[in-house]
Amino acid sequence: MNDMTTFDVEKIRRDFPIFTREVHGKPLAFLDSGASAQKPQVVIDTMEKAYAETYANVHRGVHYLSQVSTELYEGAREIVCAHMNAANVEEIIFTKNATESINLVAQTYGAANLKPGDEIILSTLEHHSNIVPWQLIAERTGAVVKAVPIDEHGEFMLDTYLEMLGPKTKIVAITHISNAIGTITPVRQIIDAAHDAGAVVLIDGSQAAPHMKIDMQALDADFYVFTGHKVFGPTGIGVLYGKAELLDAMPPFLGGGDMIERVTFAKTTYAKGHAKFEAGTPPIVQAIGLGAAINYVNEIGFEKISAHEQTLLAYATEQLGQINSLRIIGQAKHKAAIISFTLDGIHPHDIGTIVDRGGVAIRVGHHCAQPLMDHFDVAATARASFALYNNRADVDALVSAVKSVQEIFG
Amino acid sequence: MFDDLRELYQEVILDHSKNPRNFRHPEDANHEAHGYNPLCGDTVNVYLKMGHNGLIEDAAFEGKGCAISLASASMMTEIIKGKTEAEAKKIFEGFQQLVKGEENDFDAGEDTERLMVLAGVKEFPMRVKCATLAWHAMTSAMDDKPDVSTE
Repeated sequence: MNDMTTFDVEKIRRDFPIFTREVHGKPLAFLDSGASAQKPQVVIDTMEKAYAETYANVHRGVHYLSQVSTELYEGAREIVCAHMNAANVEEIIFTKNATESINLVAQTYGAANLKPGDEIILSTLEHHSNIVPWQLIAERTGAVVKAVPIDEHGEFMLDTYLEMLGPKTKIVAITHISNAIGTITPVRQIIDAAHDAGAVVLIDGSQAAPHMKIDMQALDADFYVFTGHKVFGPTGIGVLYGKAELLDAMPPFLGGGDMIERVTFAKTTYAKGHAKFEAGTPPIVQAIGLGAAINYVNEIGFEKISAHEQTLLAYATEQLGQINSLRIIGQAKHKAAIISFTLDGIHPHDIGTIVDRGGVAIRVGHHCAQPLMDHFDVAATARASFALYNNRADVDALVSAVKSVQEIFG
Repeated sequence: MFDDLRELYQEVILDHSKNPRNFRHPEDANHEAHGYNPLCGDTVNVYLKMGHNGLIEDAAFEGKGCAISLASASMMTEIIKGKTEAEAKKIFEGFQQLVKGEENDFDAGEDTERLMVLAGVKEFPMRVKCATLAWHAMTSAMDDKPDVSTE
């Protein structure tokens, strides 16, 4: 238990089998966890075991394996519930990913509650997945989508937001952390002010979940979403937290098995709680894998993870800042370990290709956040995003690779 | 070290990307198309002036993109000028096979060697779309299809 009192990044790296491999003959410097994170052995093993030893469909059979599989699946829900400090396990819905979670809320809560002229407030920081679902439902209902601006540092403009809130505001959907530039938004104040205005709030926690403890009862969010694969779990599993009273009043999302109470051709009644929103055979093993991932990060502890990542962020910001003609996009006061940057006269795609040959994996492009790119008047950026397994050597590899980009471009 | 990168980012390519030729919007262009790569957000507008004799009298472009896409667009405008529509399309066909690393009998006559500098792209499959974006826009312009997307 000794290693739980200190943060030993080299030990953590050994938990992730991917780091034993090389890329283009170089040690892998994986700085693209913002897109999708690597998986610890315990997640891989847990999933393998679930397939090899306990697999059966859930909520169906009376046979032994179905019972074990159901217990593991529902056990994963309890892990997520405790992790998010939700009041009630019925408030945790498993989806395919964060995108589906947001679409679910837009298509059910939004469809049932939005009227022509009602306002949905988003921000310039949003990922396309927290923009497009709202535009789709706005088109159907006659509601209007508005975006809170950000300032030149990439900070959410709270004062403007407070002025935008009003009796027409019905839904506020804001990211907890910007995927493209790392800004941490003042979610608590955003939520409180929205509630004062009578609106419900959805927080997109896709980038927050891997970096910080998320507490539903402390935040008082009405809906909170994140995706499993960014928090070291598998793909194909996402989470939607929703307050019980809101979920109860919402119409179902997808129709099918598991979400019903009683089906007749005359009338079908729906299941209560999370079951109403989980039609069909769910991603059973993915949920079990997510549970293992959440247990893994909690054993390390977010306090230590966050301290480690902030140290890396400061080091990387300082090191990259010394490179001529490198511009860091987004310099918010409170940032997660995500650095977007550009190099004068060199397109991010060329940066990405060249650093890749040095074993450095970064994301280049618009990061599914084109309104944000427009705000900074760039078509694309290069983005290094850090996770608990990154170390100073990764930063050094990035810096040296960026310098070789400049060498090649002369 | 980085041999394939040097192969990709040859001097000629860097020169074309930093000083793209025919980077303008000719007023007398009679065909144009907009190319867009939704993956990276790169855009290119290709402008052609087709003469009555069936020859491409002028070719130009404007846009934003990486070194590969700018260099490819720049070289394309130089090469297709004075060619017929059919010749230009034939060159594109061979060029596309070349950068995809497919079997090809790429022959653009005297321009073959010039375009061969882009052959390094075949080692970087993710970048093939960068190299071909302007060419797709060029054929769309000839066919009077105003927009082309590489997805």
